[in-house]
Amino acid sequence: MLWIAIRMLTGDAQKFYGLLFGIGFSTLLITQQMTIFVNLVERGASGVYNAPEAEVWVMDPVSRTTDVSYAMPGTALDRVRSVKGVEWAVPHLRAQANVRTKDGDLEGVGIVGVDDATLIGLPERMASGDKSVLFAPDTVVIDDVGTTRLFPDGESALGSRLELNDQRAVIRGIADAIPSFTSTVVLYTRYSSALNFVPGTRNRLSFVLVGVSEGETPESVAARIEAETGLKAETRKEFARAGINFIIENTGIPTNFGITVFLGFVVGIAIVGLTFSLFLRDNIKQFGALKAIGVTNAKIVQMVGVQAGMVGAIGYALGVIGTVAFIKAFGSNPFFKGFYIPWQIPLISLVAVVIILAITGLIAIRSVLNTEPASVFR
Amino acid sequence: MDTKAIGGCAPEAAICARGISRDFEAGQTTIRVLHGIDTDIRSGEMTYVVGESGSGKTTLISIMCGILWPTEGEVKVFGTDIYKLSDTELVKFRLNNIGFIFQQYNLIPSIDVASNAAVPLIAQGVPREEARERAKVLLEKLNIGNQADKLPRQLSGGQQQRVAIARALVHEPRLVVCDEPTAALDASSGRRVMDLLREVAVAPDRACIIVTHDNRIFDLADRIIVLEDGRVTHDGKEMPDDH
Repeated sequence: MLWIAIRMLTGDAQKFYGLLFGIGFSTLLITQQMTIFVNLVERGASGVYNAPEAEVWVMDPVSRTTDVSYAMPGTALDRVRSVKGVEWAVPHLRAQANVRTKDGDLEGVGIVGVDDATLIGLPERMASGDKSVLFAPDTVVIDDVGTTRLFPDGESALGSRLELNDQRAVIRGIADAIPSFTSTVVLYTRYSSALNFVPGTRNRLSFVLVGVSEGETPESVAARIEAETGLKAETRKEFARAGINFIIENTGIPTNFGITVFLGFVVGIAIVGLTFSLFLRDNIKQFGALKAIGVTNAKIVQMVGVQAGMVGAIGYALGVIGTVAFIKAFGSNPFFKGFYIPWQIPLISLVAVVIILAITGLIAIRSVLNTEPASVFR
Repeated sequence: MDTKAIGGCAPEAAICARGISRDFEAGQTTIRVLHGIDTDIRSGEMTYVVGESGSGKTTLISIMCGILWPTEGEVKVFGTDIYKLSDTELVKFRLNNIGFIFQQYNLIPSIDVASNAAVPLIAQGVPREEARERAKVLLEKLNIGNQADKLPRQLSGGQQQRVAIARALVHEPRLVVCDEPTAALDASSGRRVMDLLREVAVAPDRACIIVTHDNRIFDLADRIIVLEDGRVTHDGKEMPDDH
């Protein structure tokens, strides 16, 4: 009988494709929007992810994220280095500056000052050039997405001279970095150079990046640093989470994406519910005949369940494939750089599809179950 | 199952209905469409139930074949008091003992003719291919074996009617119930269908009830029960003169 149910469904091509479209579109909308949302808010932690060696981030107690920080006196570095369990500690500067481009445009950029000796604080990989170029004077390394903003015409960024806060800077490398939430151009330079590029205040040290000794955990070392220095210390994971939370709490993004995802769910219910109800109503005589012949209500429920399951499985697969295709197709766009689909998102979409089909299926099947077998004689 | 005889019921009766009444609610009003009907349907006969629209004939056969509960009365089909069965038992009883031919055929449009005819067997759990093969044998007998792999919409009305007949008989039920089998057919096609039904659906151990108001085929009946306003007004071999 289940085979008959499937043939009944596929035999009505218009409604079958309508149902697939409803589920597929819902899945696509939910999966794609949630993927963009997650990847976008994760960029709130891009500053942390771009400095992979740091296991603990130490900062002024009022600092919240890599972009919302309050500078500490330089002595903080020595205090942190004196804490037991700290294998190494390096200075890290993050600030804003303005760049006058060759064409005379003004562009706000982020300046990241990495440790002069070890270059800790630089992204792990370079897209072009070598990390050692930073040892040359006046050198900056630009993030790869930033090049598309500063050099939109596609001309090579390498060797270009910039007027950075009234000082000369030369781009000698391109870092393969995770873009920031605002897609601001980021220029990496040595800490000592950054102090020159960025207008001076008494305290300049944004963060101290820490590596922990063998046998220690980042959590225990962070707790010890806080206890002994009075500074705020967070593990890499905690600080990344703080950056993400900052975006979620301080922007309307969750609401906007939430509305879109909800609309995807509602559209799914509307299209699938209407089409499924119409499909069952069109076949009500056949279902009535089956009931009269001797097919039990339980078997009818199974038949409708198989129809819903089939539509759900194919529609869901199409929706997820559509999302993957979307991410692949736009992978070269700087906005989508590094976007991936966390495994939880297809799972959430699957749950949404199951809920859509359960709600619409239950509503639609009532008409079949309420059909008296005797109605086929009327 | 209760196989005890009920009052005045002939032992050879395929269906024994006693005191059948049926009410329908219409808003605040209750309408009685059947008034205490007593009748037997015998095996080996083609029994017509005739009457004007609204006379209660469809309600009566619905009750007789176990798809509509009577408000009052008892129905025994082959000795089984069907309305004392549980819902599941009644559904299974129908599946194993009754074949239906509907006025609109109610074939499933997206499966082929052989599969349509095989539906009762498939519902009984017979493997699909085996059920289709058995259905094809019957379709051959009904002279539409060469249409077995077509979809119902590719067949004429008369051919679809034959598929419906095949579906009603494929599981060899002991009772065949037909609702207006000739309503959609012209006179000659109607008579051919009735001849066919007599040939395949009437047997010594099988009863056949036909609901109709098609006076072109009244002469083919073994017995005619006339209903008027929910009461049996005639029961005999021929139609009364005033009809």
